[in-house]
Amino acid sequence: MTLFDPAWIDVAILAFMAIVAFVVALLRSVFASVMLMGIFSLLSATLFVILDAVDVAFTEASVGAGISVVVFLGAMSLIPSPKAHGRTRPLLGALVCIACGALLILGTLDMPTYGDPQAPIHLHVADRYLSESLEATDVPNVVTSVLASYRGYDTLGETTVIFTAAIAVLILIGGSWRDGVKAPARADKETGDA
Amino acid sequence: MLYVVAAIAIVVSMILALVRAVFGPTVFDRILAANMFGTKTVLLIAVAGFLMGRPDFLDIALAYALINFIGTIAIMKFFRYRMLGLPRAGEDLGDL
Repeated sequence: MTLFDPAWIDVAILAFMAIVAFVVALLRSVFASVMLMGIFSLLSATLFVILDAVDVAFTEASVGAGISVVVFLGAMSLIPSPKAHGRTRPLLGALVCIACGALLILGTLDMPTYGDPQAPIHLHVADRYLSESLEATDVPNVVTSVLASYRGYDTLGETTVIFTAAIAVLILIGGSWRDGVKAPARADKETGDA
Repeated sequence: MLYVVAAIAIVVSMILALVRAVFGPTVFDRILAANMFGTKTVLLIAVAGFLMGRPDFLDIALAYALINFIGTIAIMKFFRYRMLGLPRAGEDLGDL
């Protein structure tokens, strides 16, 4: 593996991800862990881009690095400081994590290697999509034709679920605003003029 | 060759940002480190696209820059107002 082989970027990103994961588990400061989780999501999104899974990478970047960091911070402001209770069981948690990780690795052992043309996903309907989708649907982009035409009802259902979830979140977050509940005290006072 | 050097430089600066995010004593060190790491991610995707002969990664990198910006704005807004919901009636919100 030379420097001109872009594979070393994958190795660097995976090494970063391992370091960040260990640091997140070891740090005592919750805020630092939340920030590092955002960095972890950015790293995995980069890995997805390099693996050519751009749509997954976009989801990871917007949900993992964007929304979930903010939601974690919101939860942080609502719960009391974790330093309040001292007794923890790190050994039990470590055992559960190692067992779950071992199960996940066991699950990946049966998977075909990356880019294998004989992988089951490439043998089923992909050929038909590639050869016939233009005549069948008149959509030049194959991915769009699969998403919006072959799996149109599936996409409609997904959109309905997301729309319902968005309405529910708006009702939950905006509820206290409608009722006119007093806002919590601001952390710092404004120094200049507003 | 140029892209390899650029990628190495970006990875090194990612290490430095990571160090600041891990050891940074204050909240603002960590926010800045996370924001800078996002910027480095954008640059790394762009350079890796040219390195792998896929210049169309540039568009993806641009969209990442937008997501990163919105995320940082959200975090800063949270630290300013300590909440995520809509502004309450009668509350002075400054000029965000």
